[in-house]
Amino acid sequence: MTDRSDTGPAPVLALKGISKSFGAVRALRDVSLELFPGEVHALAGENGAGKSTLIKTLAGVHRPDSGEVLLDGVPTVFHGPADARDAGIAVIYQEPTLFPDLSIAENIFMGRRPRRALGRIDHKATHTATLALMRRLGVELDPDRPARGLSIADQQIVEIAKALSFDARVLIMDEPTAALTGSEVARLFGVVRALREQGSAVLFISHRLEEIFQICRRVTTLRDGARISSEPVDGMTEDDLVRRMVGRDLEELYPKQEVEPGEVALSVRRLTREGVFTDVSFDVRRGEIVGLAGLVGAGRTEVARAVFGVDRWDAGEVAVDGRPLTNGAPSTAMSAGLALVPEDRRAQGLVMDMSIERNIGLTGLRTTVKGGLVDRGAERSRSLDWAVKLQVKYARLADTVNTLSGGNQQKVVLAKWLATGPKVLIVDEPTRGIDVCTKAEVHRLLSRLAADGVAVLMISSDLPEILGMADRVLVMHEGRLTAEIPRSEATEETVMAAATGRAAA
Amino acid sequence: MTVTAPENTPVAEVPRSSGTRLVDRVFKMRELAILVVFLAMIVVTRLGNSEFLTEQGIKDLLLNATILVLVAVGQSMVVITRNVDLSVGSTLGISAFAAGSHLQGGGNAVVAVLLAVLTGIGFGLLNGLLVSLGQVPALVVTLGTLYIIRGIDSIWVGSRQIVASGLPDGFIDFGSGGILAVPYLALIALVVLVATAYYLKHFGSGRELYALGSNPEAARLAGIPVRKRILVAYTFCGALAGLAGALYLARFGNVDSGTGTGYELTVVSAVVVGGVVFTGGSGSVYGAALGALLLTSINSVLPALGVSSVWVLAINGVLLILAIAVDRVVALRVATALKKRNARHG
Repeated sequence: MTDRSDTGPAPVLALKGISKSFGAVRALRDVSLELFPGEVHALAGENGAGKSTLIKTLAGVHRPDSGEVLLDGVPTVFHGPADARDAGIAVIYQEPTLFPDLSIAENIFMGRRPRRALGRIDHKATHTATLALMRRLGVELDPDRPARGLSIADQQIVEIAKALSFDARVLIMDEPTAALTGSEVARLFGVVRALREQGSAVLFISHRLEEIFQICRRVTTLRDGARISSEPVDGMTEDDLVRRMVGRDLEELYPKQEVEPGEVALSVRRLTREGVFTDVSFDVRRGEIVGLAGLVGAGRTEVARAVFGVDRWDAGEVAVDGRPLTNGAPSTAMSAGLALVPEDRRAQGLVMDMSIERNIGLTGLRTTVKGGLVDRGAERSRSLDWAVKLQVKYARLADTVNTLSGGNQQKVVLAKWLATGPKVLIVDEPTRGIDVCTKAEVHRLLSRLAADGVAVLMISSDLPEILGMADRVLVMHEGRLTAEIPRSEATEETVMAAATGRAAA
Repeated sequence: MTVTAPENTPVAEVPRSSGTRLVDRVFKMRELAILVVFLAMIVVTRLGNSEFLTEQGIKDLLLNATILVLVAVGQSMVVITRNVDLSVGSTLGISAFAAGSHLQGGGNAVVAVLLAVLTGIGFGLLNGLLVSLGQVPALVVTLGTLYIIRGIDSIWVGSRQIVASGLPDGFIDFGSGGILAVPYLALIALVVLVATAYYLKHFGSGRELYALGSNPEAARLAGIPVRKRILVAYTFCGALAGLAGALYLARFGNVDSGTGTGYELTVVSAVVVGGVVFTGGSGSVYGAALGALLLTSINSVLPALGVSSVWVLAINGVLLILAIAVDRVVALRVATALKKRNARHG
């Protein structure tokens, strides 16, 4: 641990010797952290290292079992999130926490709206202030539209606007960039720099290590709930950082195996869903990993949903192994050998309150049900089998999924679908919000599946992932397929050019 | 705060896009639709029976609706927070009896009404505490208090009965009197309705009720005092059930231990027909009041058209299902409209 050598300002917010346990799990062990004004501080660590617990302690959601929180050097107890907010601490959580039924303006100013006489809300001032915030962030979002239906990137923007809307002296961002595209990240960093210039302290969490080096001055690494180091970023390499996080050297992040593609497994022809995507045609062969790149909102997820039958398509056709699929029927897609691992694992991929074994068992009910009853033994052994194969870290299979860290939740979703023995696997943002170590495991898994003859369609906004894993890259722009680039020619430039519509198809 | 804008921020006036306007229209349409159905029904009935819309006819319609409107307004507050209060029928009954026994003993009418409201507040608080502290589903908790309150009512009231002749004349006159065709009771309900709607729209704590119904976890993280708000919603709901009890007494003059039995289901129907979404976060008290008016008027319309009143229940049920179906279709349409906007904005 390195102290600041210059006699700079005192820390605006500090944690001293914080410990926190949940039942038998010791989430934080004697962790200290100092946040200085005008500094962006990175918090690094694998999933389950205790980052989220640390953030929630700073945000007043959790009360530490021991240790203290110092605000301007004064020991402070936050009795709830409102206390932390009133102290000028803004938190942007990994999963956006918006009110779907309320307008964007109301979401931003919930709890602190401009008031008129008699404590009434000043709706007009709220609207104007929201408009100003949107302008500062450089986005076009109508303050009066409800938050329901916003893309994850837009939801994140609203969260950021919320944090900006009050004089945040401390801004805590838990993976703000996970769902953002390159240009959106650049825009976000502009805002973060502006806040830093103004003297705010920023705590920044990201699994994209390059971002830590790009914007942070110091980095604190956590491992298994304990602080490993706090040091300046200057002079560190990504490998140094990863070693501190995982406690050993990391194997290759993109372990792509060369596979000779077999016959066409998934064939999509002139697929169109009005107003969403148009005339999309492509093939995925057995043994192939095809990357589907594009900006958020380009229609990639929507294509995947239509192919799988969750949404209906208006024209075109989809075939697996040459047999056409029924429009809008996920069950026929499943029995044809199609599996879809959705983007939003919490909302679409998992039943959060159900146990690990039951979640994995859900897709296999057809095989584990005997005489109308679920054969719990079969379900259990099947789930155990896959949980072990994917190295899911859990206490008991009967634990509910929401007790797992993000990376392990993602493994459960994968297990759930792999248990169906798919011929075609569609994965939507398979490693979003997942630490490097788990990320490498997921990549190795995808690669091995392809080698076993599964056709993989991988949607990702993580360009290095696309370039590292895909045999072929399909690029979408505004609902159309604009490019198909073979692995040998795929570079950040060629893919981004097609994704932003700058290149001819 | 004075952070300077990051470089290269395109400053563009945010247009009120067609998507938003559509959404606005649809949401306003929800209340409008009930109003249209209601008016159509009245017109058709009037054409079929010229004696339907006499001054007394209108007065009866409004009087019958008043009590349901009051309880529905209270219920809406609770439903908006993603909860429900099934005990309102029992609360109404016991409050009415409390007011009645006070009046029979020669008590003051204002005190009697206050007594009814206070009884309602008491049981509302009880519900609120159980739901907010117990972290138990409101449906189950208030089903329990429904029976508890009814039980207390039965033990206390026994076979006694309050009849109009035992009540002061002024109280009964007030219950049936009014300005032209508009009963005093309806005016009271109207004032409560407008005040509640204003509170929900223009006060922070009112909007927070919507917020916590929309996403309870986010509400907690946003520092909204969730328990306090739920407690307030239930207390308010109880208070209105109590007030409705007093008005029931004034209107009918007749209360026994069975008064208000089964009323909670009518109230919940009115609220849902009125477009207050059962999963919380959406809907308005005006909608709920219209829903109440619609359901009550069916009771008057059918006899006027010569249809047997045995049809009333079935028709109420059909309306309920229809309302939910319409909500579902509208929600899907809106979702598509909003998604398309996203696709365009990219």
